[in-house]
Amino acid sequence: MNAFRYAQARDAASAMAALAADPRACYIAGGTNVVDLMKEGVERPSLLVDITQLPLRGIDRTATGVRVGALALMSDVADHPAIARDYPVVAQALLASASPQLRNMATIGGNLMQRTRCAYFRDVSQHCNKRAPGTGCAAISGVNRRHAVVGGSEQCICTHASDLAVALLSVDAIVHVRGRAGERTIPLERFHVLPGSTPQRETVLERGDLITAVELPASAAARNSYYLKVRDRASYEFALVSVAAALNVAGGRIRAARVALGGVAPTPWRAHAAEAALLGRPATGGTFAAAAEAATRGMKGYGQNDFKVVLVRRAVNRALQHVGAIA
Amino acid sequence: MDVGKVTRRRFLVRAALPTIAAGVGIGSPRLCALAQAAASVSVLPASGPGPIPVTLNVNGRAHELRIEPRVTLLDALRERLALTGTKKGCDQGTCGACTVLVDGRRVNACLTLAVMVQRKAITTIEGLADGDQLHPVQAAFLAHDGFQCGYCTPGQILSAVALLAEKRATDEASVREWMSGNICRCGAYPNIVAAVRSVAGQPS
Repeated sequence: MNAFRYAQARDAASAMAALAADPRACYIAGGTNVVDLMKEGVERPSLLVDITQLPLRGIDRTATGVRVGALALMSDVADHPAIARDYPVVAQALLASASPQLRNMATIGGNLMQRTRCAYFRDVSQHCNKRAPGTGCAAISGVNRRHAVVGGSEQCICTHASDLAVALLSVDAIVHVRGRAGERTIPLERFHVLPGSTPQRETVLERGDLITAVELPASAAARNSYYLKVRDRASYEFALVSVAAALNVAGGRIRAARVALGGVAPTPWRAHAAEAALLGRPATGGTFAAAAEAATRGMKGYGQNDFKVVLVRRAVNRALQHVGAIA
Repeated sequence: MDVGKVTRRRFLVRAALPTIAAGVGIGSPRLCALAQAAASVSVLPASGPGPIPVTLNVNGRAHELRIEPRVTLLDALRERLALTGTKKGCDQGTCGACTVLVDGRRVNACLTLAVMVQRKAITTIEGLADGDQLHPVQAAFLAHDGFQCGYCTPGQILSAVALLAEKRATDEASVREWMSGNICRCGAYPNIVAAVRSVAGQPS
């Protein structure tokens, strides 16, 4: 690990100023991602700004839903009664993430900012356009079983590793950010950006921006939601494919639908075509099968990950049957 | 442990300490002062990259160290405090051998910077027994033969202590799920699960 300077921030303004002043400075909260990447030499900050003392830990009910502080721990959010009751998909995704130890360390804001688990990204001896722009993507013709089947580019086909972000996408979460121009809100769907020709850029955040909270609007669909994670072993593993499904069914018809996917794209992936195939239709097996087929539209593997396209169809179908209560 | 005798481990640890102490503290101090921040905001005081004072409260005792900000809690425990019960397995948060309790919650010491857990209560495997009286989870691992090589065992035990406090060990499946952050390459899982369940008062 490279040597670095350390500062503990007492307020957001001084933390942001420290980042603005040093182009190689970096925030640290739970540290589960940045410390790991520093050991690999992928991250080499000159200064770590410890933000854990900032008052951003609360999980509070609001008039329109729940506001989760950026520094709330994954384990605390998963255990919060309002989350378990009104956003089961979020609690389930959190409990399917990492390990109990890591969930006691990692924060909600940090989870959204985590880097990909692509082995080429994590190995500084390999070509990777995200880590070292212009060096090429070793995954496209390499070991790509875990890589993207949609949303990638000739520059990068990594997958986003977060379960939480997929679940949050299915409940229309909104990210609260403090930046140089003050507070602003960003719908989670517009928070992460696809690699295109700039895979090193992963979110719309600007340097020094600080996530302060994630807002979860209450809805009937969010209350009837479910997270399905398919992986190589039963626990403590990243998703091959995951599905966050939220449905509001009234009078046998689907009034609202959200389908989001993990493990398939460089960002958490919203399956709009699947949602369109659900909205207004009867909540039947036939509708769910058609939506599952629609979810795979435009997906294409790179050889070793071709199976993911089939897995998406089956996992979406299963998740919809579960949340549509016909399983 | 017999305090009077010099055990094999103690001898090895004592013999190794001067070498280890000479090996750390490299990394030349660099002049990378913070550039001028905006006039309205006070500049955040930073320390390092050389050794800085860090106080760790381990097993009820305060230890004052001088270590670089990049030293993990795992390395501080093992190489500076000679508390080698906490094991280094993967050193990247994927095996759980380094599990310790920080303010009663289980965490991976390998991904924790020591400088960030000052003023917190750290519990390691060395802090569980009361003199010669083993902690019930330690006794259960012995009674149920919950290990083979033993390398993952301190982490397994700390994780199990936390799991029992969390009251999530309700059946075999829940013990397996909530112990999943601790990998055992010997595959002693059936006996580990039995040990944990026995302390939770469940038949195995």
